[in-house]
Amino acid sequence: MSAGGARALDLARDIAAGERSAVAVAQAHLDRIAEHDGLVHAFNVVTADAALARAAEVDRAVAAGEPVGPLAGVPIAVKDNLATRGVETTCSSKILQGWVPPYDATVVQRIAAAGAVVVGKTNLDEFAMGSSTENSAFGPTRNPVRTDRVPGGSSGGSAAAVAADFAPIALGSDTGGSIRQPASFCGVVGVKPTYGLVSRYGLVAFASSLDQVGPFANSVADAALLLDAIAGPDPADATSIPQAAEAVLPRLDEGVAGLRVGIVSELLGEGIAPDVAARVREAAEALAAAGAEVVEVSVPAVTYGLSAYYLIAPAEASSNLARFDGVRYGLRVDAPTTNEMMVATRTAGFGDEVQRRIMLGTYALSAGYYDAFYGKAQKVRTLIGRDFAAAYEQADVLLSPTAPTTAFELGAIADPLTMYLNDICTIPTNLAGHAAMSVPFGTGDDGLPVGVQVLAPALGEVPMFRAAAVVEAAAPAPAAFEIAGSK
Amino acid sequence: MSEPRVPTDSLGNPITVPDSHDVLVVEAADGSRWELVCGLEVHAELHTVTKMFSAAPNSFGDEPNTNVDPVTLGLPGTLPVVNEAAVELAIRFGCAVGAEIRRSVFSRKNYFYPDMPKNFQISQYDLPIVVGGELELTGGHVVGIERAHLEEDTGKSTHVGGDGRIAGAEYSLVDYNRAGVPLLEIVSRPHVRSAEQARQYVAELRAILVACGVSDGKMEEGSLRVDANISVRPEGSDELRTRCEIKNVNSLRSLVRAIEFEASRQADLHAAGEPVVQSTRGWDEASGTTVLMRTKEDADDYRYFPEPDLVPVDPDPARVAEIAASLPLLPSARRHRLAERTGAAVTDESVVAVVDRAQDDQAVAAMDAGGDPARVLVHVTQNLAGEGGADLPPGRLAELVALETAGELTATQAKQVLTELVADPSRTAAEVAKEKGFEAMDSGALESVVDGIIADHPDEWSSFCGGDDKARKKLSGFFTGKVMQATKGQADGRQVAQILARRAADA
Amino acid sequence: MSARITRDDVAHVAALARLRLDEEHLDLFTGQLAAILEHAEDVEALDLSDVPPTSHPFPLVNVARPDVAGPTLSNDDALAAAPSAQDGRFRVPTILGEAP
Repeated sequence: MSAGGARALDLARDIAAGERSAVAVAQAHLDRIAEHDGLVHAFNVVTADAALARAAEVDRAVAAGEPVGPLAGVPIAVKDNLATRGVETTCSSKILQGWVPPYDATVVQRIAAAGAVVVGKTNLDEFAMGSSTENSAFGPTRNPVRTDRVPGGSSGGSAAAVAADFAPIALGSDTGGSIRQPASFCGVVGVKPTYGLVSRYGLVAFASSLDQVGPFANSVADAALLLDAIAGPDPADATSIPQAAEAVLPRLDEGVAGLRVGIVSELLGEGIAPDVAARVREAAEALAAAGAEVVEVSVPAVTYGLSAYYLIAPAEASSNLARFDGVRYGLRVDAPTTNEMMVATRTAGFGDEVQRRIMLGTYALSAGYYDAFYGKAQKVRTLIGRDFAAAYEQADVLLSPTAPTTAFELGAIADPLTMYLNDICTIPTNLAGHAAMSVPFGTGDDGLPVGVQVLAPALGEVPMFRAAAVVEAAAPAPAAFEIAGSK
Repeated sequence: MSEPRVPTDSLGNPITVPDSHDVLVVEAADGSRWELVCGLEVHAELHTVTKMFSAAPNSFGDEPNTNVDPVTLGLPGTLPVVNEAAVELAIRFGCAVGAEIRRSVFSRKNYFYPDMPKNFQISQYDLPIVVGGELELTGGHVVGIERAHLEEDTGKSTHVGGDGRIAGAEYSLVDYNRAGVPLLEIVSRPHVRSAEQARQYVAELRAILVACGVSDGKMEEGSLRVDANISVRPEGSDELRTRCEIKNVNSLRSLVRAIEFEASRQADLHAAGEPVVQSTRGWDEASGTTVLMRTKEDADDYRYFPEPDLVPVDPDPARVAEIAASLPLLPSARRHRLAERTGAAVTDESVVAVVDRAQDDQAVAAMDAGGDPARVLVHVTQNLAGEGGADLPPGRLAELVALETAGELTATQAKQVLTELVADPSRTAAEVAKEKGFEAMDSGALESVVDGIIADHPDEWSSFCGGDDKARKKLSGFFTGKVMQATKGQADGRQVAQILARRAADA
Repeated sequence: MSARITRDDVAHVAALARLRLDEEHLDLFTGQLAAILEHAEDVEALDLSDVPPTSHPFPLVNVARPDVAGPTLSNDDALAAAPSAQDGRFRVPTILGEAP
């Protein structure tokens, strides 16, 4: 049996009905991983035995007539910065290599409770810092659509796993675009939920006020299915929104008649490739054809997003990553004194990009610079929030590119600042704490996938998904691809 | 830029130093005189079931690294969640000292140290929950409180090799049981002017914390830790000079010694024209000196920023009012109450002692039951200090004092009866008095005893009658003693004196 | 506008962050950080004196948990990932200097 590009919704329905075996489904995906992941390197670890055992348990429960969850038997890939009890969790960093958490992240508990079958932990830019998954201590992930290209990042492993049909759904995390940009590059759906909608407990923190866990899927409906399974309050995360989350999946088919869609003018001009911009305009036309009212809106402060983000995120990261010191877990490089041991461990354990951001963040917080950098960047967040609020007076959802370009070649971007520019369209959403998702919509001139970003205000997931479903339905059928190339 | 900098505290308020009748003045080697300016920082471990930000137990003395959970160890991915009981206890303290309860924000204080699992401490920084308030000391001096804020404790390191101290150790072993224990850091204004005031301040603070159930206040277990910020200045001046922070003060006695030593050390430096370097110094009990631990360098760059994993704590004023109303009567209010009831000064030693022993309710109840306030205070202070004394029902004490003031028991007898009552409070004072044969003599019987003694000692009697006040007083004691002997202590001394005076007048 | 970040600044920050940069990385990072900070000058130039900061994107207050004990790790589990442990504790090399 081939993995066959099945949708999670279909798999869950068939498995729950006893029409398909969860073990067979898991095995098919594991076979596909075995065949292709040597080249793609979506996974840091494949948990084949545990997956099969878990799938067998689902089959047993179905046979026994016990209730199974909405993700019954659905294979899922989990980004390797989510804590998994008993399964190594590395954040693709040497400093955490070999660390086996004694606890599960809340989202990992929730997908387990929903019946999902974890097939492995996916590769990422070390500690989620990057836009290409090249910053992994364990080597880059390749874009399955064209393997000389990056999958985007930092959740490149999860995006690639879904694109390669290693699993129909995956979990990623998004701090400045780390779900949406790789979704765009790999031609899959990726969702950054409203800040606080999904628990961060067990997500190894990069930038705490920006991080959100979210789904990858091959369809908008599957993304909704997974989001509904993981969303909702968590007493272990004080920033989680205390109200019950509104289910998205039942609302998907409501269409966009009367919905106001705003095209963000600042995100369609300079710095955006013309072919990408063209796809966004076509998506807008499709929405208009489906009954939406399309307007052009301005969100001037988004132009400061990148600057604010590269002060705030590294500042928080510099503090979050202080705990990696060789005392309690992870790597230790021996030295005669504790201080020297910490320095040696951190210097050997963190890659260049992580060190660069720790340096930047430490500097931005240090005495004499706080007001000029971190303090000011927090004020820019307020401006961005205000400008978005004004835009959402005129529109219910917004539309923009997800990334300025299609997937670039491995090794093509060496300069950090140029790499950061990949995130200009996605960062404002994180700074505002809003929701946004990337939906595949055709290809660029190079034949590679283009993602259209649908943005919504906080807790605007329902209208966002309704618009996304219409964009998806109007999108040109994606070209079939073979995973091919040489390592 | 050239404006003189007005020194301000952590909340931007100008620093003031009050005068006091009791200012420690030390004389430097050259004879110059220097006065103390001192502020105290007290870390009180809060009396909660769990830690500040996790559900691991807040418990002292257990096997190492057993009161830990993933949050305590700062494992990757874990998040803090505020313990609501810790917030309530901070509010209790704030209400107890008359402080303002404010919207507060947790920040991260970033520095690397192996006893800190995350290499940052979550603490309230520029927006603490408790602002202002004051403490009235038993000596009457009032010390203002700048702020009190919530934070988490660190773990504990044991140093192995060398002599067990950090310096010279081969390696260290870290236990995180204490990591994350909720702390209230209470910062006084620099209003402490003598070592004795420092002692009183900490004692008073501890009494309040214990009375309100905020902390168990055990200095010896480290649940109350005191740091003293000390500077000196020329006597009579209003300068603020460089201060040093003294740590490792583990008892009230050490606190007094440390302050006195440090003030002298700084005075000598100033007098010699040498700089006092801003630094943290440790009190060394054995040598009786303070020893340099670390200087405040620019490495003290804690890179504070608002803790993104926690949201502001903004107590509901109605809840704060409820908490304020639920507080027990606090030590200074109890002293004032006792002073008013007895007519003693609020700083009177008996008043301070009885409240310190928490026997003022007993005393007041005995007064309410009709006991003479002054006699009640004397008995509680002097005769009920021992074991079981606090348990004597106030009614029993009131009965006893009534017998005493009615002249049916002498002071000596009353004391003896009290001892019996403490041992067995089921009997009444009258029963015990009767049993002991302490029935008051009728005045006729007493007069005949007195007359007999006079007749037996004619020389003394004539000296008594003809002597000056001094001689009379001395001989009054002589005759009273004889009468007491003869009556086995049943006679009332005051009555004997009256009879003697009458007889002398008639002679 | 802040002064351009210097090599000395970078060395100082590395010490604060417990990182050791070799000469090559000192130069590299000095240049890269300067470029990133230069990009951030658009933010530095804004007059934001009347704008309040946003520290939490979704404004919540008073999120707390009841004071009820939860599960703990066993000593073995607590020390399971420790690079070095002894007598139920985490072992570290000589500590130079007291905690602040």
